[in-house]
Amino acid sequence: MSETIVIIGSGLAGITVARELRRIERERPVVVVSADDGGFYSKPGLSNALAAGKSAAQLLLTPPAQLAAQLGVELRAHTRVERILPAEHLLQTGAGPLPYRKLVLAMGAHPIRLPLRGDGAGRVLSVNNLADYAAFRCALDGKSRLAILGAGLIGCEFANDLLAAGAEFEVEVFDPAPQPLGRLLPPKAAAFFRERLEAAGVRFHLATGIDEVREDGGRLRLMDGRAGAHTATHTADLVLSAVGLSPAVELARAAGLAVGRGIRVDRTLASSDPDIHALGDCAEVEGRVLPFVVPIMQQARALAKTLAGNPTEVVYPAMPVVVKTPACAAVVCPPPPDVHGVWREQADAGGVRALFEDAAGTAIGFALVGGAVREKQALSAKMPAWL
Amino acid sequence: MKQYQCIVCGYFYDENLGDPEHGIAAGTRWQDVPGDWSCPDCGVAKSDFEMVELA
Repeated sequence: MSETIVIIGSGLAGITVARELRRIERERPVVVVSADDGGFYSKPGLSNALAAGKSAAQLLLTPPAQLAAQLGVELRAHTRVERILPAEHLLQTGAGPLPYRKLVLAMGAHPIRLPLRGDGAGRVLSVNNLADYAAFRCALDGKSRLAILGAGLIGCEFANDLLAAGAEFEVEVFDPAPQPLGRLLPPKAAAFFRERLEAAGVRFHLATGIDEVREDGGRLRLMDGRAGAHTATHTADLVLSAVGLSPAVELARAAGLAVGRGIRVDRTLASSDPDIHALGDCAEVEGRVLPFVVPIMQQARALAKTLAGNPTEVVYPAMPVVVKTPACAAVVCPPPPDVHGVWREQADAGGVRALFEDAAGTAIGFALVGGAVREKQALSAKMPAWL
Repeated sequence: MKQYQCIVCGYFYDENLGDPEHGIAAGTRWQDVPGDWSCPDCGVAKSDFEMVELA
């Protein structure tokens, strides 16, 4: 049987597993299969690259050939995996069959597409990889009125970045939720965050569910279905959708692996097939999908040891998420999803400090906006580990 | 003085500049940066940095 470890996906998850594995084991053959060109770039950087004046080419940290040489792996770029055949330990790819001993699924996540009606729906962009970013930069040329669908983390980061880029952009952000960062921030913190972004020029249209986008003489007309009879409309030159990510589970599901919201794996990142592992944005680890950088690094370290023959469970310390919005610093350490508790918020002129307390009064999560982010390290150290 | 680069996002830690915004004074040597310091751009740990030779 082939000894090869095959990694599907060349994003942060796939490449970090390869890098960590090479710290332990130099000889084991590793093949990385990538649907794109396989160059390594910082995905979190896509939503704050514009103000930094970075083109897609400048965001590339390591070109494909250099990456393959550095890691001692074979990189199969522009190659799509069509099927996983677990019983045969074989992949069917667009470039022929590929046997594996161990398989690592690191396919990431797809941007969620809203079911928009209208003849302009096809012109709505999303930015989920470097090629998308290059297309977005091109599409921005000559545009001024920009609409962003989604006031979550990525939507707010893009809005702030566009305004900070200095061009004469008008940026409007639409979301059905009543506040920005609705899933992350409690109300006072969200209100403070909103005010700061509005002061920087972001115009929020909250409690507004855009459900139709029409062509309108070169521009796009956005319609709010809730306003009845489509009386409330907005126009934009460009519409960016940032309404969240959906784990890439199609291959795993077709192969008969257990799939929930993501590909279900245990703490050793093993799926329902012991020779197939998953990590990163496509994986549901012990019931949680965490599409952030720090969890991926934790997962990659544990998985590299497991692949090298030393089964290792992933450990999660508390992992606060930094929102990259220069107009209002924000950091959130979300409480575990299934724990009851209350947010206690203290607001002053400079920011909001919110602690999430469980039934016993112990702080198990926090949200800091504005000047309160100073307390990030001190509070993080007090948070219970997640796993 | 040396530079250290974040392997995730490419941020440079320059010992000459430190990271004063996060409490690391200019001139702080890499070995004196506390272990709980994290990348100001992407949040990964100090251990996710590598030393970079400058040409």
